[in-house]
Amino acid sequence: MPRVHVFGRDHINTDEIIPARHLTSDVESELARYAMEDYDPSFVRRVQPGDLVVAGADFGCGSSREHAVWALRGAGVGAVIAPNFARIFYRNAINNGFLALECAGIVEAFQDGDEADLDLAGGTITNARSGQRLSFVPVPQFALDVQKAGGWLEYMREADAAAAGTLNTPSTGAGHGHPATPTPQEDPHA
Amino acid sequence: MGMTMAQKILAAHSGHAAVVPGQLIECTTDLVLCHEITTPAALRMLEERGMNRAFDPEKIVAIPDHSVPAMNIKAAKMYQKLKSWVQEQGIRHFYDVGRGGIAHVVLENSGLLRPGQTLVSGDSHTCNGGALGAFATGVGSTDLAGAIYAGRVWFKVPETMLIRVTGEMQPGVTPKDLVLEVIKRIGADGANYLAMEWTGDTIDRMDMEGRFTLTNMAIEAGGKTGIIAVDDTARAYLAARGVTPDQYTEYASDPDAPYKVVIELDASQVEPTVAYPHIPSNGRVAGTDPIPVTHAYVGSCTNGRITDLREVAHILRGRRVADGVQMIVVPATQAIWKQAAQEGLLEVFVEAGASVSYPSCGACLGMHSGVLGPDDVCISSSNRNFVGRMGDPSAQIYLASPATVAASAVAGVISDPREYATGGPSAAD
Repeated sequence: MPRVHVFGRDHINTDEIIPARHLTSDVESELARYAMEDYDPSFVRRVQPGDLVVAGADFGCGSSREHAVWALRGAGVGAVIAPNFARIFYRNAINNGFLALECAGIVEAFQDGDEADLDLAGGTITNARSGQRLSFVPVPQFALDVQKAGGWLEYMREADAAAAGTLNTPSTGAGHGHPATPTPQEDPHA
Repeated sequence: MGMTMAQKILAAHSGHAAVVPGQLIECTTDLVLCHEITTPAALRMLEERGMNRAFDPEKIVAIPDHSVPAMNIKAAKMYQKLKSWVQEQGIRHFYDVGRGGIAHVVLENSGLLRPGQTLVSGDSHTCNGGALGAFATGVGSTDLAGAIYAGRVWFKVPETMLIRVTGEMQPGVTPKDLVLEVIKRIGADGANYLAMEWTGDTIDRMDMEGRFTLTNMAIEAGGKTGIIAVDDTARAYLAARGVTPDQYTEYASDPDAPYKVVIELDASQVEPTVAYPHIPSNGRVAGTDPIPVTHAYVGSCTNGRITDLREVAHILRGRRVADGVQMIVVPATQAIWKQAAQEGLLEVFVEAGASVSYPSCGACLGMHSGVLGPDDVCISSSNRNFVGRMGDPSAQIYLASPATVAASAVAGVISDPREYATGGPSAAD
């Protein structure tokens, strides 16, 4: 069962998640060594693959650096659960198929080191210590489709391939209601 | 139900007659801005997937600005990556070191950014461009890669926050103070997912430089973009850059547009504002606490424009930066640097004991050329005061207008610029 790391403060920003001094790399395994460095330098020594991060509201605010998602994922974080996320971090998570789950009351429900049972299909997270179960906002269908495709670029490439296959025309520059381009209909907050 | 100008631009770029907030759309991009920090990752993603192409080289603008001139070998390699890609793809709009500067400010001045466009970039301050009536927003490297590859990006159509600013700003109060006041009121996530549309007679009288400062800071309230309708000031600004009205489309919000919230701000009541550590919403009146500073920084995509430098020079002329304070002034672009030189501003800075640096983002995000050490205290005209933003995590960053930065540099403690409004003892102006 994954262990939970509680970073309870609101507005944990991307400068804390991965400071700019490390942005001369975009290699996930390198960035992973510095995940959360300016918030909690010891985090990378404690985190185990699949662990969960529980954080305060507006997690990931600030810079657009996708390095924040990569650093967390590279460090082994399986999902971040917070009341809500800053916009760019949230869309970066979707585009990478990384789980950013919105869940009210999550910070109050967990203590650092608790174990948790994350039920993605059921949309719940349960604190193994207290037994408390919370429901998170369902992952939008569009985000699941992107995740299923392997990420936003794969999703785009599939759409282009489908368009080329059915229409036999290059789809470069398409987008104005291109018939074979699946237009997402669900409602992620991005 | 009418539409906001943000909705109208997104509708026009997604093949819809109308869009509603919350709707997910795929949108075409008119401009894709690329710098050397987030673009190399996007290019690597495309290369790894055999998707290495640029949808339209004419719609891509490449401007290295964060870690230039390179401060180490890794940074040099990132610059090389951007440059070689530009050459390989035949991208003409490449503003190399020595011909560019901070990307957002270069772009706003380039004549390439026009009303009605959609602009994305792998940089959160892309919202800057909304002051010219465009929909401009920051994205991550994956979105950037998609935009480079296909000229497309997905959006959730945002709701809009209308900020109506009326009245005359007091002398010594600047657009930076207005936006810090708004962020103080609504919080650092007060506009999360929202477009922030600025209107009102104060905005009508404001120059473009000031408007860019407003839209630039949208992200500090979590906003998806800042946006301002085109008026004669914007048209004249564009005309001065060779852009004629037939080259752009003006969108304005309908009278019955659905605003999520309307903020009313009386500009005459706003005072010089300083955002205390460690979040931009932590604003207080400048000079409330005489906090000693070790560093003073004027620059960044928020406040490194010629108007900002003039305000700083007005205060520094005939005065000296206090002993023990390291002041750096960074004109945002090469053109602004030249203009400042021609106007004699750089001489004023140097005479005052400030260091004038080359255009770059370096100090703002603690990468180079002004990194803060342990327990340093910096008064800064930039946009973020997060822990570690400008260097060591123990450093304290206070955000303010260029005028407040200048006044504080002279006093050695955070000060109200209104006390320096008359210029120095030997000021000639």
